[in-house]
Parts: sequence; structure tokens; C-alpha cells
Amino acid sequence: MDNDNQLIEAAARDLDGTFEAVVVAHQDRLYSIALRMLGDPHDAEEAAQDALVRAYRAMAGYPAERILALRLRPWLATIVLNLCRSRIARRAAAGRPALSLDAAEPGMLEPVADARSGPAATVARRAAGRAWADLLLTLPPAYRSAVVLRHVDGLSYPELATALDRPEGTVKAQVHRGLAMLRTAFEAAERRERKELTA
Amino acid sequence: MTIEDRELEEAMATLLTTAPPSLAPGVLSEIGLVDRYAHVVSPIGALVVAWNGLGVSAVEASENDAAFEEAHEARTGRRTIRAERLPARLERAIQRRLGGDRHVRIDLDLRGHTDFERDVWQKALEIPRGEVRPYGWVAAEIGRPRAVRAVGTALGHNPVPLIVPCHRVVRSDGLLGQYSLGGPQNKRTILAAEGVDLPRLERLASSGIRFLGSDTTKIFCLPTCRHARRVTDRHRLEFRSMDEVRARGYRACRVCRPAAAVAA
Repeated sequence: MDNDNQLIEAAARDLDGTFEAVVVAHQDRLYSIALRMLGDPHDAEEAAQDALVRAYRAMAGYPAERILALRLRPWLATIVLNLCRSRIARRAAAGRPALSLDAAEPGMLEPVADARSGPAATVARRAAGRAWADLLLTLPPAYRSAVVLRHVDGLSYPELATALDRPEGTVKAQVHRGLAMLRTAFEAAERRERKELTA
Repeated sequence: MTIEDRELEEAMATLLTTAPPSLAPGVLSEIGLVDRYAHVVSPIGALVVAWNGLGVSAVEASENDAAFEEAHEARTGRRTIRAERLPARLERAIQRRLGGDRHVRIDLDLRGHTDFERDVWQKALEIPRGEVRPYGWVAAEIGRPRAVRAVGTALGHNPVPLIVPCHRVVRSDGLLGQYSLGGPQNKRTILAAEGVDLPRLERLASSGIRFLGSDTTKIFCLPTCRHARRVTDRHRLEFRSMDEVRARGYRACRVCRPAAAVAA
């Protein structure tokens, strides 16, 4: 946050000299948001790149005082999220099926708590991460984005309210509802896996 | 079977991941803070083409990547990143431009250059393939008839030779003049490849012929103008000066605007 304030002050003085630092500071989180919203790494890279390009172009057109008033974390999140939403809408319009639970293969749903350390644990953790990512993709986009911004990206509720342009109470409810849906999906997947093991 | 909220939240936190290494260079080149470059083959050998999201920023005859990177950064203040090839669309556009299509759109990144230089380069872009114009013609056409020498300097500083065809601007005495992309011999090679009849051009220049006219249309042209080339031997007149042209009462061709060439 302090770092962001410094970045913003520097960007207001010299955008071209500062923007690479903005990219370095925010690329991982923007890519993560896009990846968890879209599921596809290639789409996610395009969306994150597009978001940073749009942010630069917007800032290049702003007077210094408007740049100084920016809250970089939620602002960038809003940009990448909007791009993800339009990609999701385009996919739906093109008739590409939304990802469903069936995409999560049985056996990938190892609880994260099992992962400790060492190469085997890393593999387990990655598999578990993959499974969680797939479960997340089964959530409706509105809940998915609330959970991603709050618990993957780690935005505070006030930042989340800014990013989603909703009252804080509403975004809190969306996050809780999203987590509840995620729990249901997780438990259903576990039950199914168990059934397959005993079959 | 059940899972706690905290476990869910921790699981979500593990989904924060690292951006691929291509992301940051992609952003920075798209907004023009760094350039990419790739090697391309041309009639005069291997060339380096640099570009970013704003357009093509350099065309150079350079075989040494490190030397190119250093010189490019010194000139533009921007880092360069080597790419395997040009973006397909840009490559097609450049091929079409080199093939003579003046209307194919190629964006150029000419930041840091003066309005005068841009005017000169813009004018060079109007010269058709297979034709040449004198330095003085360019100077007069951009409204700076006395700036002939500065036109030569600006053409020498053209960062995107071939794409901006500065090779089509030559001395009024018929000598081809300097060329920034690897020297005067390359200028000959490129003009010949574009269909300019160099021996004829040099023969006319050495006998002091500046313009060609048609006694059927009473129009006079610069020697390489496509309208002059259409005139048959029987109807062609040769002029050494504007005075000779005026004495005959010939009108200037509207395409090559030959009067500009002597306005200086």
C-alpha cells in the first residue's frame, strides 16, 4: 500500500519513467485474477496485458491530480475484471460451454491440508491448487469475482467495494455466498470421488 | 466431509500465482516503453526491424544484435528485446510496401523527431516506386524551398529506411547521393530493383537534361515520372532548364510537379 502511494506519486510526475515499476508490482495479482476468472492461461495473459495497457493509456490522459487520487489496487482490479467479464460474455455468446464440475478430474481433489513439504508435497499442492481453481470456475461470475478479489487477490472489503462499485455490505454477502457455493461444490466433488473409489 | 471457512480461504490464497515472463515485456512494448526487434531478409541483405505498439521505430543493416541494441537505446532511450519474427500483420504490410503498395498502412513510431523531419519523410512516402525526385523537389514541396541541405540531412536521419523510401530522393545532377542504409551502392541496388532505369537516368543527367516533355500534350515531367515514360521517342522533347520549357509554353505535369524541383 505504501509502495503504491510512492508509485502513484512518481507516476504523476513521470508516467513513462514509472510505469514499468507499476507493471512489476501488479502483474502477478492481475494475472492471477484473470486466470481464476477465465481458467485459460493464454486468455488470462491477454486480459492482464490488456488491463495494464489500458491503465497506462488512461493515466497518460489524466492530469496529475487525477493520478494522485487513484487507488491503484482496486482500480487495476476493476479494469482486469471488466475485461474478464466481457471475455466470459463473448464466450457465452459464441456458445462455448461454461466450465463445469465435470472438468475437475477425480483424484485431483486432495485437501490442501495434506500438503507439507518436499517434491511430493509440491506436486500434491499443485494438483490441489488445480482442483480448487476448477471448482472456482464453476461459480457464477459475480460470486467468483467477489471470492477471487477477496481471497485470491486479498483486497480488503473497502477496496473490494470500490473495485466492484457496490456497497460494502453487498460485497461481503457476495463473498460469503461465493464461499458457501464453493464449499458445496467441494463436498459434492469429494462425495463423487469417494463413490468412484468404492465402486 | 465438511471444510472450515478458514481452510477454504487458505485454499483460495494458494491460487495467487506468478505472471508468465512474457507479460511485462508485452505490456511495455505495446505502450511504447520498450521496443522489440527481429531480423528480416531484404534484397540488400539481412536487416533489423524494431517496433512497438505505436509502430515501426527502426530499420537498420546490422548483423550484431548487441551493437544494434546499444545504438538503438542510445538513440531512442528505449530498451530492445529480441523477437523471433515480426508480427505476421506487420511482416505482410512491410512486404506489400516494399512491393510498391504505398497505401498499405504501416504505423511509425517517430517520437523524438522534429516536425521538419516528419514532413520530409512524409513527402518521401509520396514518391511512387520506380521513380525518383531531387532533394530540391522535396524542399519545395514541403514549403521550405531553401532547405535543400536540411532535407538531405533529414533523409539521412530517416530511422525507417525502405519503409519511408528516402532512397527515391536523389541529387538533381543525376548522382544518386548518400544512403543511410549501408551506403550508396545499396541505393543503386534498391532503385534498380524497383525498376528505375539508372543508366538512362544518369545519361540524361550527364547531358544536362532535367525534364522530358510530350509534343502532343505539351506537358513536361521529371524524367522518371510514369507519364514521361509513356511518351514515345517520336514525341519526346528534352529540356535543360525551366527557361527552355517556358519558351515552348509547356505546362507542368500535375503528378510529378516538376517545377518544384527547380524552385530552389
